[in-house]
Amino acid sequence: MLLRRETPNLWTLLTPPAVWALHFLFCYVAAAIVCARYPASLDGLRLAIGLATMAALAIIAIAGRQAHRHWGFGSDLPPHDAPTPEDQQHFLGFATLLLCALSAVAVLFGALPALIIAECR
Amino acid sequence: MSESDAARRKREEAELRAVWDIPRGWRYLSNCNNQVVGLWYTGASFFFFLFAGVLALIMRAQLAVPDGTLVSAGTYNQLYTLHGTMMMFLFAVPIFEAVAILILPQMLAARDLPFPRLSAFGFWCFLIGGVFVGGSIFFDAAPDSGWFMYPPLATDTSQTGIGADIWLLGLSFIEVASIAAAVELIVGVLKCRPPGMRINLMPLYCWYVLIVGGMILFAFPPLIAGDILFEMQRLFDWPFFDPARGGDPVLWQHLFWIFGHPEVYIIFLPSIALLAMIVPTFARRPILGYGWIVLAAVGTGFLSFGLWAHHMFTIGLPSLSLGFFSAASEAVAIPTGVQIFVFVATLLAGRVIFSIPMLFATGALAIFVFGGLTGVMVALAPFDWQAHDSYFIVAHLHYTLIGGMFFPLVAGLYYFHPFITGRMLSERLGRWSFWLMFAGFNIAFLPMHITGLRGMPRRVFTYPADHGWDGLNLVSTLGAFTMAAGIGVLLWDVLRPGKPRAPRNPWNAGTLEWVAGDPSEPWGIRSVPPITSRYPLWDQRDLVRDIDEGRFFLPGAPEGRRETLVTGVLDAEPQQVLRVPGNSFKPLIAAVFIGGSFIATTFHWWTAAVISGVLGIAAIMVWLWTGTATIPETPEKDAGMGTRLPLYASGSASVGWWAMFITMVGDGTAFLSLIFAYFYYWTIHGAFPPEGSPTPDNGLLLAGGAAAVAGWGLTLLARRANGAGRPGLLRALIAGAALLALIGGGLLILAPWQAGLDSVAHVYPATVWVILIWTALHLAVGVLMQGYCLAGSLAGRLTREHDIDLRNVVLYGHFAALTVATTLAVLVLAPLAM
Repeated sequence: MLLRRETPNLWTLLTPPAVWALHFLFCYVAAAIVCARYPASLDGLRLAIGLATMAALAIIAIAGRQAHRHWGFGSDLPPHDAPTPEDQQHFLGFATLLLCALSAVAVLFGALPALIIAECR
Repeated sequence: MSESDAARRKREEAELRAVWDIPRGWRYLSNCNNQVVGLWYTGASFFFFLFAGVLALIMRAQLAVPDGTLVSAGTYNQLYTLHGTMMMFLFAVPIFEAVAILILPQMLAARDLPFPRLSAFGFWCFLIGGVFVGGSIFFDAAPDSGWFMYPPLATDTSQTGIGADIWLLGLSFIEVASIAAAVELIVGVLKCRPPGMRINLMPLYCWYVLIVGGMILFAFPPLIAGDILFEMQRLFDWPFFDPARGGDPVLWQHLFWIFGHPEVYIIFLPSIALLAMIVPTFARRPILGYGWIVLAAVGTGFLSFGLWAHHMFTIGLPSLSLGFFSAASEAVAIPTGVQIFVFVATLLAGRVIFSIPMLFATGALAIFVFGGLTGVMVALAPFDWQAHDSYFIVAHLHYTLIGGMFFPLVAGLYYFHPFITGRMLSERLGRWSFWLMFAGFNIAFLPMHITGLRGMPRRVFTYPADHGWDGLNLVSTLGAFTMAAGIGVLLWDVLRPGKPRAPRNPWNAGTLEWVAGDPSEPWGIRSVPPITSRYPLWDQRDLVRDIDEGRFFLPGAPEGRRETLVTGVLDAEPQQVLRVPGNSFKPLIAAVFIGGSFIATTFHWWTAAVISGVLGIAAIMVWLWTGTATIPETPEKDAGMGTRLPLYASGSASVGWWAMFITMVGDGTAFLSLIFAYFYYWTIHGAFPPEGSPTPDNGLLLAGGAAAVAGWGLTLLARRANGAGRPGLLRALIAGAALLALIGGGLLILAPWQAGLDSVAHVYPATVWVILIWTALHLAVGVLMQGYCLAGSLAGRLTREHDIDLRNVVLYGHFAALTVATTLAVLVLAPLAM
C-alpha cells in the first residue's frame, strides 16, 4: 500500500501530484458531462466537486503525514546529500512533503471555480 | 609474473579504444554510440532551427512596412506554419533529446545508455521526417494552415493541399523518434547511474530528464491518436471532425492541446535543467534547495497537463471549465517561480563568476520572467478573450520560449562546448553574440505586446498603413535582424577554425561529465567510479586520477564487447554488466523503410507504402534477432573492484523489460485518447450510438474478446512452461496463443463488417472502426512477437534461463489484454449503460 510504507520511493513521491491529477480530471470530466447533457444538475455537480476536494485533501494530508515521518519529522534539515539510506529517505520525504503542499494548493485552486461559478454558460 | 600497473593501463586502454572505435569513411554512418549520435542530433536540430529562423526573417521582412509585397498570402501561410512547426517539432523537442543523449552518459559516468541503436534509429527517423517536412516549402507544398492545424480548414482537402498530409505523416513519424528517446532517457537515468549515486545524489539535470521523459509518454500519444483520426479523415473521408456527419472540430483542439501544452514544458524544463547545472558551477557552490528543484520539476510536470484548454478559452467552453483551466494555469506559476527563486538564491549565496554561460543564463531568467508574467495575464480567461490570436500572444509565447528555452540552450552551448569538442568558444564573440541577441530579441518582441493590444491579429500577411501598427512592426523587424546577427556571431564562433584547446574541466565544475578529458576518446568514461556526493569532482579526492588509472568498475574490455553498468533504481547498487550493441547500419535501414512507408502514404502510393512498411518491419526483426537478448558466453564476470556481476537479466531486472513497460504506457495513453474521443462524441450527441444506427454484434465482439484473452492466458502458461524447463510445451502453448489472438483479432474486425457499419456515413461507425482496428492491430503485433519467441525457442536463443524475449512479450500481452478488455467495455457495456 502506497500510504503506509516504511520507506519512500518514487511512487510515494508521485502520489500527491497524482491525487491532484485525478481530482482535476474528475472536476473537468464531470463538469463537461453535466454542462453538455444535464445542465439542471449543476448544484449536484458542485456538491460532488466539494466532496471530491475533501477526499483529495484528505489523501494528500495522509501522504503528507507519511512524508513527514519519512523526513524524520524534520529532525534533519536539508540538503540531505549524504550517500546514506537515511539521507536518501529524508530527501524523498522532504520532497514529497513539498509536493503535498503544492498539490493541496493546486487542488484548492481547482475547486474554487465550482465554489464561485453557478452556471455552465 | 604479474602485469605491471602501467602495462595493465595500456592494455585496458587499447581494449577500450578498439571496442568503442568510431568507424571512418562511409561506415561512420553506422555509428551507434550516443556520444556520436547525440552530436548528429544536435547538429541536425540546430540546422532546422536556422532554417526556421530564416523563415521568420522573411516574414519580418514582409511585415516591415504596410502593404508589403515581398511574399504572397499563400507563401506567407506556408512560412508561419512551417516556422512554428519546425521550431517546435524539429528544434525545441529534438534538441532536448539530442543534448540529453549527448551529455547524459558522461554525467552518469556510464559507458553508454542502454539502447544506443534505438537512439540511432530515433535520429534517422527524425532526420528523414524533418527533411521531408522542411523541404516541402521548396516545392510550394508546405503545410499552410497554422502549426496547430485546426479543422475544418486543415481537413478540407480542396483548400489545403498535400502540405497538411506532409505535416500529419511527417510529424507522426518524428513522434516515434521522441518516444524512442523517452525510453532511452528514462531507462538511462533510472538504471545506468554509477554505483552509489543514490536518488538524492543525482544531478538535477537527471531529475528533469526523468520528468520530461515521463511527460513525453503522456503528452505525445494523444497527438498521435489525433493524427490518426485526422489522417483517416483526409485520406478516407472518415468524419471525425465534420459536424455534418456527427464529428466535431473541437475534439482535434482537445487532442492537440493535451499534447501541445505539456509540450511547452517538455521543451522548457530540459533547458531550465541546463541552468540548474550552470548556476552552481559559476556560483562556486552547491545548488541551494535541491529538494525544492525536485518539487518544481515534478510539480510542473504534473500541473502542465491541466492547462491545455487555456488555448481554447474563446471557443465557448462552459465557464466552469474555463475556471478549472484558468486555476491550473495560475497554479503552475508556483513551481515555476520556485525554480527561479532557487537559482537567484544560489547566485546570491555564492561568489558568482560572470562568464558567457552565466550571461546567457541571467538573460534567460530576465526574459522568461517577463514572459511568465504575461502568461499569468493570459491565463485569466477575460483577459485572454481580448488578447487571443493577437500579436500579444505572439509576444508572450516568444518571451516564454526564447527566455525559457533558447537562451538557456545557448548558455548550455557555451558551457558544454569544451566538453563536446575540446575547444573553448571566444569570450569576446560571446559578449557580442549575447548583447546582439538580447537587445535584438527585446527590440523585436517587446513592441509586439503593444501591436497586439492595438488589435493586430497574428498570421496576417500584411496590414494597411492607417492602423498605427507600421512603426511598431518596423521596429520589430529591425530587432529580429539584430537578433539574427547575434546568432550569426554565435554560428561563426562555433564553426571558425583555430579555437584554443580547452583545459580539462575548464569551468571547474563539480559533476561527472567534466571527467571527460579528451573528447576524441570514444569510451564514455575510462572506469566507472563509486559516487558519494552530488558534486563528486569537488568532494571526492583524487577521483579523476583514479578514474583515469582504471581503478574502478569496468576498467577494460577483455572480451572485446561494449559494456555498461546497470544499477538499482533508488540505491544505485551494481546489478548487472550490460552488453551494449555495437555499430550497425540496421537502425538506419529500418528508419529508411519505415520513413518510406510514411512518405509513400502521403502521396497515396499504397503499394509502395505497404512494401516499404513490410520491409521496415522485417529490418527491425533482423535487428532484434541479431542484436538483442544475446546469450553471454559466461553467466557472470568480474566487473572490477572485487565485484562479480551477472551479464544477463530478464523480467523486471532487465532494461528491455523497462523499455517495453515505458513504451506500452505511451501506447496505452494513445489508446485512451481514442476512448476519450468516443466519450467526447457521447457528450455532444443526444444518443451515442445514434438512434437507428447499426451496432456491431455483441456476440461476435465478446467471442473475439474471449479468444484474445484466452490467448493471453496461454502466453502466461507458456512462460510458466518455460520456467519449468519444458520447451515442447512452451512452443505448443505459444503457437496456440498466437492462433487464438489471430482468431480474436479477426472476430473483432468481422463484427462491424458484418453489421454493415459505414465509416464514412457517421462518426459513430467511424469511431467503432478505429477502436477495433487499433485493438486488432495490437493483437497482430502480439502474434508477431509470439512468432519471434517460437523461432527463438527453436533456434535455442530462448531457453529456461535466457527468457528476456518471453518475459517482454508477456508484459506486452498484459497491455494488449487490457486494451481488449477496455474496448469491449466501451463498445458493449457503455451503450447498454447509457
